[in-house]
Amino acid sequence: MTFHFVLLLSRQGKTRLTKWYSTFTPKEKQRMIREVGSMVLNRSPKLCNFLEYKDYKIIARRYASLYFIMCVDKNDNELLTLEITHHYVKILDRYFGNVCELDLIFNFHKAYYILDELMIAGELQETSEKTVLRLIATQDALQENPGDGGKPGTI
Amino acid sequence: MSRRLKDLIKAARGAKTAAEEREVIQKECAAIRTSFKQEEADYRHRNVAKLLYISMLGYPTQWGQMECLKLIASSGFSDKRIGYLALMLLLDEKQEILILVTSHMKNDLNSNNQFIAGLALCALGNISSQGIARDLAPDVEKLLGSTNPYLRKKAALCAIRVLRKCPDLMENFVPRIRSLLSDRNHGVLLTGVTLMTELCETDAANIEYFRRLVPTLVRVLKNLVMSGFAPEYDVNGITDPYLQVKILKLLRILGKGDAESTDIMNDILAQVATNTDHSRNVGNAVLYECVQTIMNIEAEDGLRLLAINVLGRFLGNKDNNIRYVALATLGKVVSADVEAVQRHRNTIVDCLKDPDTSIRKRALELIYALVNESNIKILAHELITFLQTATVEFRADLAVNLCRVTERYSPNKRWQVDTILRVLQIAGNCVPDEVCYNLINLVASSPELHTYGVQKMYMSLTNDHTQQTLVQVASWSIGEFGDLLLSLPASDREINVTENDVIDLFDKILRDPATTPVTKDYILTALMKLTSRFPSGQKLKSIISRYQSNIDLELQQRAVEYSKLFAWEGIRDSLLERIPVLEQREMKTATVATANGTGEANLLDWDDGPTTTSQQPSSPTPAPAAAAPAASSGLDILSEIFGSSAPVSTTTAPVNNVAAADPLDFLSALTPVASTPAPAPVAAPTPAAPLNGPLPTQTVFQKNGVTVYFDIMKQASTPNITLINASFSNANPFPVANFDFKVAVPKYIRLQVNTPSGNLLPPNNSGRVSQSFKLLNSNHGEKPLLVKIKLDYMANGAPGSDMADVSFPEGC
Repeated sequence: MTFHFVLLLSRQGKTRLTKWYSTFTPKEKQRMIREVGSMVLNRSPKLCNFLEYKDYKIIARRYASLYFIMCVDKNDNELLTLEITHHYVKILDRYFGNVCELDLIFNFHKAYYILDELMIAGELQETSEKTVLRLIATQDALQENPGDGGKPGTI
Repeated sequence: MSRRLKDLIKAARGAKTAAEEREVIQKECAAIRTSFKQEEADYRHRNVAKLLYISMLGYPTQWGQMECLKLIASSGFSDKRIGYLALMLLLDEKQEILILVTSHMKNDLNSNNQFIAGLALCALGNISSQGIARDLAPDVEKLLGSTNPYLRKKAALCAIRVLRKCPDLMENFVPRIRSLLSDRNHGVLLTGVTLMTELCETDAANIEYFRRLVPTLVRVLKNLVMSGFAPEYDVNGITDPYLQVKILKLLRILGKGDAESTDIMNDILAQVATNTDHSRNVGNAVLYECVQTIMNIEAEDGLRLLAINVLGRFLGNKDNNIRYVALATLGKVVSADVEAVQRHRNTIVDCLKDPDTSIRKRALELIYALVNESNIKILAHELITFLQTATVEFRADLAVNLCRVTERYSPNKRWQVDTILRVLQIAGNCVPDEVCYNLINLVASSPELHTYGVQKMYMSLTNDHTQQTLVQVASWSIGEFGDLLLSLPASDREINVTENDVIDLFDKILRDPATTPVTKDYILTALMKLTSRFPSGQKLKSIISRYQSNIDLELQQRAVEYSKLFAWEGIRDSLLERIPVLEQREMKTATVATANGTGEANLLDWDDGPTTTSQQPSSPTPAPAAAAPAASSGLDILSEIFGSSAPVSTTTAPVNNVAAADPLDFLSALTPVASTPAPAPVAAPTPAAPLNGPLPTQTVFQKNGVTVYFDIMKQASTPNITLINASFSNANPFPVANFDFKVAVPKYIRLQVNTPSGNLLPPNNSGRVSQSFKLLNSNHGEKPLLVKIKLDYMANGAPGSDMADVSFPEGC
C-alpha cells in the first residue's frame, strides 16, 4: 500500500485536511496527528523531508504556510512521494488560482474533491493535471446546474 | 434559516478564545440538530458540510452520521457529492451503519452518470469493509471492463481495496489485467500496473503467471522513455514519472529470481539508468526506483555497477533528500555487493556528521553492515567519535552495535578490550548485561590480558565510576586479579597502586548514591575475593560487614554469607581461588548467543529444571578436600556449605544469563535461584536438590565436518527428566548456513525443545551453536531413553541432510 494518510497542517499546527487510507481508531488518529505534527513542525527546513515514524515513513514538505504531510510505507519511493505532493499542490494552485491557506480553509471540501480524483485506496489514480482539473470543473458545473432534477448545491 | 458554511467558518475563526470558539460551535451544532430533526432536506447538504468543518476542528460529530446516508440516498449529484465525502470523512470500515449504505452504493455504481458511479467507486475504494467489498466485488469487476477510462481507473484501485479485504477474490481480477495494460489512457495504465503489483503481493503464484506480460510492460516503459515531449504528462522533462516508477517497481517483482524476464528488461533498465536527467528531484525519483530494480533482479555485473555508481553520485549530491535515499538504498543492496559499497565508505562515514537525524540514522545502519576485519579499526574509531557526541536516541543502539562488531571482527584481544572499555566509559549505562559478561569472559580467558586488563580497568575506574557496566566489569577484574595490580614489576607500572587505594576506591563507589544495587553486588564479591589476594583483610571485612543489615535483600544476603565465610579460614582461600581459564568454546558460545540475542535465557525456560547448571565439565575448579564427592565446581561446594537455603525472591542479573554467566560462577553460586514457577513462599525456602553432576560431553554424531555434542544433565529428584544441551560445530573451511536441528522421540517420551542460539555454524570449529531440549521419560526405568536426530543445512551452497539414532548412557 502506498499512502496511509495525508495530512495538511498549518504552521501553528492546526489541521487543514486529513485523509485516512488505512483504518485507525479515532484515538490513534489523534495521537498520530499530534506526534507527526510535532515532529514535522519542529524540524529545521534545511534537513531532509523524510522522517521515520513507527513502521511508516513520513514525507513532509512545507508550501508557504502549510505543511503537506504524507505517510507512506517504509519501502515506498520517498522522492516520488514528494513529486505526488507537488502534483497535488500544483493542481490546487491551478484550481484556486495562486492558492493560499485561506482558500483551503473556506473550501476544504474542494481540496478533498481534488484529492479524491487524485488518489483512491492510497494509490495514485491520475497523473495528468489537466485531466483532474477538467473532471473537477465538470463536476462543479454539474453541482451548480444539475440537469437531473436535483437542486443546485450552494454550500 | 440556516447559516452558510462560509459564515460558520468566519464565526469560528473570529473567536478570540477557545471557549468562545466552543460556544460558536455548540450553538451551530444545536441549530444543525434542529434542522436535521425537522427533516429540512434543502439544507441537509449544507449542514453536513458544516459538520465536516466542525469535525475537523476536533468536535464530536457521530450524531450526524445518519445524515450522510440520507444525502447518498437522495437522487441529485450535489447531495451525493457531499454525502459521499462526509461518509469517507466521518465513518470508517468499523462502523456498523456503513452496511446500510451498501444498496445505495450498488445503485450508484450502476448509474448512467459517470460521476455518480465515480463517487461510489471512490468511497468503496477508501473505506469499504470486508462485507461491503465482497458484496460489491462483482460490480467493481464489471466496471473494470468499462470502455470509460474514468470508471476503469477508479475500478482498478477499488479492486485493490477489495483484494486487501478479501484476498480469496483474487481469481476474479487476474484475467482482467491484460486488457488494462493495452489501454492507452495513462490513468488506466497506472492503476492497472498498481493492481497487478497488488495481485503479485497477494499471492506469489501470480508472479509466475504475470511474467508473460513483461514484454508488454517493457514496451510501455520504452514508449514513455522514448516519446518526445508530452505536455499532458510531462514533469520537468520526464514523461509520466509516476507511471515509470510503478512499472519499474513491478518489473522488480517480476524479474527477481528469473533470468529470462531479467534478460527482457535489461536494455530498458540500462537506458533509464543512463538517460534519465538527474538534475531534478523527479529524475532522481525514477533513477532511485530503477537502481532498486537493477539490484534486485538477476542483472549482469555491468548493469549493477551502473546502478551502484548512480547511488555514488546520489551520495555526493548536496540535496539531503537524495543523500538520504542513497544511504537507504545502499543499506538494502550492501549484502549483494559489499565491495562496490565499500568504495563509498568515506562519504558514508562523513554522513555521520550530518546535522540531519534521518541521514545519521541511515548512515549508521549502513556502517554496521560495512564493518569487516580489514576496516574495523578505522570504523570503530569513527563510531566511537560519533558515540561521544551522539544524542540519547542513538546512544544505546550504537553502543550495543559497537560492542557487537568489535567482538565479531576484532583483530586482537588487547584491542578488543581497549575498544569495549572505551565504549563502556562513554556509554556504560546504556549497554545490555551481555556486554559485561563477554568482556569478563574475554579477560578471564586470556591470561596475557590479566595484568593489562586489570590495570586499565583500575585506571578508568579512578577517572569515572558513574557508568555502571564499567564499574561491574572493573570490579570483577580487580576482585579476580587484584594481586596483579599490586605486584606489577616497577618498569611496567603506569600507576602506583597500593592496597589501600583499591579498597578506598571501592568504598567510595559503594557509598555513591548513584551506584546501583547490582553494581554493589559485584563490588561486594570483589571485596570478598580480595581478602585472599591482599595481605591484610581487616578493612575489607569491615566494609563487607557493614552491609549485613542493608535494606537490599540481595546485598544483605551476600554480606552475611561472606562474613560467615571468614569463620571458615581453612577453606576460604581455596574457595576464593582464581576462576580457571575458561575454554575458548564456552566463550564463543556465549558470544554466539549474544549476537543472536535469543539464546541466553533458554536454560531458564525449563519449567521445573534447575537453573544453576553452569558447571563446566572441562574446567574443574580446584576442589578443596571438604567438598562433596560430586562437586566439580564452586557451585556445589557452596551449595553444600550454605544448604542452598537462599530466599527465592531475589534474582540477580548475572544468574539470568546462564550461558554467558560462566565466569560468574562464584557469584551465581551464592544466589541460587529456585526458578520453580510454583510461587514458592519467600519465607519458606526450598532446598534445591543436589545435582547428579553432569555427564561428560558426548559426541553423538559426526559427518561431513558437522559434529553434534550432547551435554547431559539430570536432577536426582526427578530422574525421569533429562536436560540436554546440544551444541554443534563445523570443521569445514566454509560456514554452514540455515542449520536446523530436529529431534524425534518414541511415544513414551515427551519432548520440549528450545530455540537455538543461531543457525549459522562458523567454519574451522571456530564457534558453536547450541540448542537445549528436555526429555521426560514416562516409563523411566523400564524403557531406555532414545532419540532420533535430524540435521538440515546448507553447506557451500548445497543442501545437506543427515539423520542418526542416539542412545544414552546407563542411568538416563
